[in-house]
Amino acid sequence: MTQPTLHQAVGSPFTRIVSVGAARGDVNVPNDDIVGPIESSDEWIRQRTGVISRTRASASVSAADLATSAANEAIANAKISASDIGAVIIATISNNVLTPSMAALVADRIGATPAAAYDVSAACAGFCYGIAQADALVRAGAAKYVLVIGAEKLSDYAKPTDRTISFLLGDGAGAVIVGPADSVGISPTIWGSDGGKWDAVGMDRPTREAFDDRDGEFPTLRQDGQTVFRWAVWEMAKVAQEALDAAGITAADLAAFIPHQANMRIINEFAKQLNVPDSVVIARDIETTGNTSAASVPLAMHRVLAENPELSGGYALIIGFGAGLVYAAQIVRLP
Amino acid sequence: MAQSKDEVLAGLAALVNDETGVPVESVVFGKSFADDLDIDSISMMTIVVNAEEQFDVKIPDDKVSELKTVDDAVNYIVSAQS
Repeated sequence: MTQPTLHQAVGSPFTRIVSVGAARGDVNVPNDDIVGPIESSDEWIRQRTGVISRTRASASVSAADLATSAANEAIANAKISASDIGAVIIATISNNVLTPSMAALVADRIGATPAAAYDVSAACAGFCYGIAQADALVRAGAAKYVLVIGAEKLSDYAKPTDRTISFLLGDGAGAVIVGPADSVGISPTIWGSDGGKWDAVGMDRPTREAFDDRDGEFPTLRQDGQTVFRWAVWEMAKVAQEALDAAGITAADLAAFIPHQANMRIINEFAKQLNVPDSVVIARDIETTGNTSAASVPLAMHRVLAENPELSGGYALIIGFGAGLVYAAQIVRLP
Repeated sequence: MAQSKDEVLAGLAALVNDETGVPVESVVFGKSFADDLDIDSISMMTIVVNAEEQFDVKIPDDKVSELKTVDDAVNYIVSAQS
């Protein structure tokens, strides 16, 4: 008996980010509003982190709401129909429940049904992990268009008295449509993990333990700032350079440098290590948005393009890094 | 190659000056990085990484918090070099 040959999907040889959308928390929270419980000052926060204010979402606004708004803008800017989307990937650490996924909910809300939908847990690297997957899915023919969203409501996991990370955190969502292209729009992804530093940043206790401890507090985020800072600058500068090398360009060929918005000091030192020339626009959205984890790269991209529309079509180095520790970097053509 | 304490101090002072603008003549034995020189933990980490490169030593994360004074840092670097 002759065995029939299986069909295999074939996608577009090239991919690109077609469009971007953004939604920030609706409440502007200046440093003075949060310094009391950490016995700090506006000046201390500005000097150490570059943050002047952060956007946080009202109690009635969820991360999924922010994701929905950002997604609708990205779809409109892409001039496609939601039904053209074959997969919805949400990078988040803010889903209210372990299951089901935020992506399935948002896909339904925006009318991207019956698209495949799932969440990615890669913290601040999540959006760039999502881009890696979307690029692969489109090239493999698993989807024509993929909606990648980074969505967080980190204020739910911020402890007012925590001096390590909570005062940095903001809420928001950024979304992009990844689709087929005539030429290369997304370079090879350089990504990886270092679980040896699993404890360096993340939740301060397991959820179940907090539940069983009747006097205990809800789990919140905390970090070992020095360890994370050192890793984020010097190890991630190497990863960023690898991404440039893999793409076959240099920092001088970039239109924009859009790193995860963790801390202005990290961004500045990072740019110095990479020898990013003055001609390159460096995203500094953290100043007024705060650190929004998986949402920070697409939010920063949206702002860079809003403030510098002439950069459309130029190359941007995007890199996410965070709890895991995990990281991912690509060079992308800006939509 | 092992350096003398004074050589390490001079190199360290230059690194501190480069990162923070603190005059090199202020970086002397007996001074505390945080209390006397007003160097925050993030600047300290930058100085540590640059010191690793310049003096060809390893300074682990958990060691950094123990380097509270100029003396601590110079002594650690000198002993790590030998």
